[in-house]
Amino acid sequence: MTIATTAPGVERRITAGGYLVCLGGIVWRESLRFLHQRGRFLSALVRPLVWLFIFAAGFRATLGVSIIPPYETYVLYEVYIAPGLIAMIQLFNGLQSSLSMVYDREVGAMRILLVSPYPRWFLLVSKLVAGIAVSLLQVYAFLLVAYFWDVQPDDPIGYLTVLPALILTGFMLGAMGLAMSSVFKQLENFASVMNFVIFPMFFASSALYPLWRVQQASIPLYEICRYNPFTSAVELIRFALYRQIDWTSLAVVAGCSVVFLAAAIFAYDPSTGLTSRRGGPDAGK
Amino acid sequence: MNSRLSGRASLALVRTMTAGVALAALAAFPAPAWAGKVFVTNERDHTMTVLDSDSLNIIETIKTGRRPRGVTASPDGKLIYVCASDDDRVEVYDANDYRLVKTLPSGPDPELFVLHPSGNPLYIANEDDALVTIVNTETGQVEGEIPVGVEPEGMGISPDGKLLVNTSETTSMAHFIDTQTKQIVENVLVDSRPRVATFTPDGKHTWVSAEVGGTVSVIDNATHQVVKKLTFSIPGVNEEAIQPVGIRITDDGKTAFVALGPANRVAVVDVPTYETKAYLLVGQRVWQMAFSPDKKTLYTTNGNSNDVSVIDVDSLKVKKSVAVGRSPWGVVAIP
Repeated sequence: MTIATTAPGVERRITAGGYLVCLGGIVWRESLRFLHQRGRFLSALVRPLVWLFIFAAGFRATLGVSIIPPYETYVLYEVYIAPGLIAMIQLFNGLQSSLSMVYDREVGAMRILLVSPYPRWFLLVSKLVAGIAVSLLQVYAFLLVAYFWDVQPDDPIGYLTVLPALILTGFMLGAMGLAMSSVFKQLENFASVMNFVIFPMFFASSALYPLWRVQQASIPLYEICRYNPFTSAVELIRFALYRQIDWTSLAVVAGCSVVFLAAAIFAYDPSTGLTSRRGGPDAGK
Repeated sequence: MNSRLSGRASLALVRTMTAGVALAALAAFPAPAWAGKVFVTNERDHTMTVLDSDSLNIIETIKTGRRPRGVTASPDGKLIYVCASDDDRVEVYDANDYRLVKTLPSGPDPELFVLHPSGNPLYIANEDDALVTIVNTETGQVEGEIPVGVEPEGMGISPDGKLLVNTSETTSMAHFIDTQTKQIVENVLVDSRPRVATFTPDGKHTWVSAEVGGTVSVIDNATHQVVKKLTFSIPGVNEEAIQPVGIRITDDGKTAFVALGPANRVAVVDVPTYETKAYLLVGQRVWQMAFSPDKKTLYTTNGNSNDVSVIDVDSLKVKKSVAVGRSPWGVVAIP
């Protein structure tokens, strides 16, 4: 199967194999970059473990007053927050890959990528797939450590059933990062991303406390948490770890993935996008 | 004619095939084994909940006398005995149709009891009267009363039925009673507020839980000496909340389960080493426990969260917690 694309002035034919090579190259580059940055790997692992070992340890006695689905019995606080920490890993990873887009833009690596004959949407999706692969690596490393901390799903099959959920939530959070990366000019903006995106998304969700607890504290906050797509990501992971599908969360995560990806493709499209207007690599064109 | 015949023949063929498919389906998916029943007394509801041991659904709620607490089953599993504490009697229910078969005299405020391994007699602790009452389950006659310490509660009997142990909460003693002579042979001081006494399957030791003392004393039945005192410590849980109550020991005598009351945990103790292997999180104020007849499952009553937790004995995992009545107290499982 061949796909014909037209670049300005030149007729080129790109084979499906070519697409695979391109995808493989991008995934490989991201994985290598991740593995070579030991600090990033360690911080990706240490961050959720700090929450698990220190934060959750202090609060372990506070939960256990109510059994909420998918749990069928009382669970320790560590067990409760594990899905939230997994989603946090993916949230950080999604935004860090977007950060790497900003970096690529600054050092000029993106220019090389963008002059390739492959359609831009494909390059973005490849970048996304690479980000998901890296996040899966981080999540399973975390689950391995958590296993020895007695934080485990009720059945080992949960480690398999959570995989599709992780791919989908990784896709949503990665696409969100991509869409956002198009509006950042500099690396330094990541600090504001932390303040304005990561923390509010993480704290206003079901990651740390069950929603019924939030509801008891504040109804408006409960509504915010309910409509936060990160809550859906957490719940999708939580149910999948217990071999169940939370259909509402699945619909929200899938819907948000499509919207965020469309926004990213729109933003990076040189003819319509925002990058040229915001001084991106296409600004001089 | 021909077509009618062939029509009949094909109908017969279809019937045969349908029957065959049905048989094959039966063979492929055998009917589930006969599910057992779990009886749970609800102290504040004055009822007894009957759970299906497979689905864990409530199949019946039996209205009992006031404040039902201790519950046990006859050796054949056909009768369920319940201490109706505030009605000062023991009620006997049919395990199949749940009707009240008879009531037995118990003395005032019966709390816990134990059946002789043969199914007769019944030894009842009378909390308010400092007595152990012996009742013949056939005739309903009181065969004797044994004076013991103040507020008797825990009742355990040796596998051979020769030795009875009663604990008295206020006196903090385990009273060893010869069932033949109906006399106390020894009093052993244990820690404060002893609640439950359980024999090891080999009959050599008796485990006595002390609710306020927070310990379990292991007593040698031959020498009447405390050979080991178990203590418990759970990270993140106050020491005061660790209040051992129910004790169950597996048939192989290797693993003991100790319900730790408001600590909301069941301790899993390796019997040969007396080391606690794990603390299993269950509902609030876990009280009494019972094994399923196949000993693969352990049921716990959680008095404050009004539910029963189900523990898989092999994997040591809490599988499920199911809601029952208010303040579940005692539990027994039958095939």
